[in-house]
Amino acid sequence: MSFTLDNKLPIYLQLVNEIKINIISGKLKAGERIPSVRELALQNQVNPNTMQKALAELEELGLIYTERTNGKFVTTDNDLIKKYKKEYASLLAQNFFKDMENLGFNKEKAIDYLKGENK
Amino acid sequence: MALLQVKNVYKSFSDKNVLKDVSFSVESGRIVGLLGKNGTGKSTLIKLINDLLTIDKGEILINGEKVGVKTKNIVSYLPERTYLDKSMTVKKAIDYFSDFYEDFDKVLAEKLLNDLKLDINQKLSKMSKGMQEKVQLVLVLSRKAELYILDEPLGGVDPATRDYILDTILKNFNIGASVLISTHLISDIERILDDVIFIDDGKIVLTCPSDELRKKENASIDEIFRRMFRC
Repeated sequence: MSFTLDNKLPIYLQLVNEIKINIISGKLKAGERIPSVRELALQNQVNPNTMQKALAELEELGLIYTERTNGKFVTTDNDLIKKYKKEYASLLAQNFFKDMENLGFNKEKAIDYLKGENK
Repeated sequence: MALLQVKNVYKSFSDKNVLKDVSFSVESGRIVGLLGKNGTGKSTLIKLINDLLTIDKGEILINGEKVGVKTKNIVSYLPERTYLDKSMTVKKAIDYFSDFYEDFDKVLAEKLLNDLKLDINQKLSKMSKGMQEKVQLVLVLSRKAELYILDEPLGGVDPATRDYILDTILKNFNIGASVLISTHLISDIERILDDVIFIDDGKIVLTCPSDELRKKENASIDEIFRRMFRC
């Protein structure tokens, strides 16, 4: 799992976000084992402490869990995954409307653009 | 107690004050960047931490001990310029380190050299500068030290090798150990840093966890550094 990271933003927040997207999009499946902190850190050339912090945050969100001797796994709680997926989808939609508003388009106009009815 | 404590350190050469009241500490398990332009006192500070120069005023403690013979046992130091005798073969250099340091892992060193496709029977004098730097880095990282001090580890190498060196650092430094890296090539390294220390004109001007600084300034460490020290 390797992500495109931007040095301008806190690295651990980007890692949380990227892994979250992998989970809610189904690239990482419910119950799937995720690579170790060291492996993930290495794949992304980030500090293991930073990766650890990101995984701890994901664990707090309930998206991953630790099995004491086996490592970390994606939650099997599909409702929770769905909830985060909805949340993220609304965020994307909100951002779209915000950008369109900055261009001077109201919501209706913006929706016309989405539908390709922007004549 | 922090692993490394630098307390109000002063150092001057003849009438030039190189370090002025320098204080900072490095906690266990952290990778810390010591960032500054050329000639701002980074290497002098690092030499003091390695007891290669004497402190004019102030004190440096590692694991609570004043720097000296004892602290050298737990500090693995990559100097800016190699001090190895160039007429040695790599194998000889390994034996030398192995005799010298109890915590040296010969098997690991040989494995890393093999990964890097370096021939252990070759003489250092027959190797390019970049290859020599890799050998030195392998020797330093093959110790099970508590504190690794790397002075400009990326200086003379190409970007591909830079990536390999970063990977090697991430892969091999002891868990729980700390790394202090001095460099002016910030963008290449900033992602692996827990904390940054900015040094300018012999003074510490900023110490901060990297992600906190990014959040506060909305910029990369490299950009913040450039902004702060624009010539």
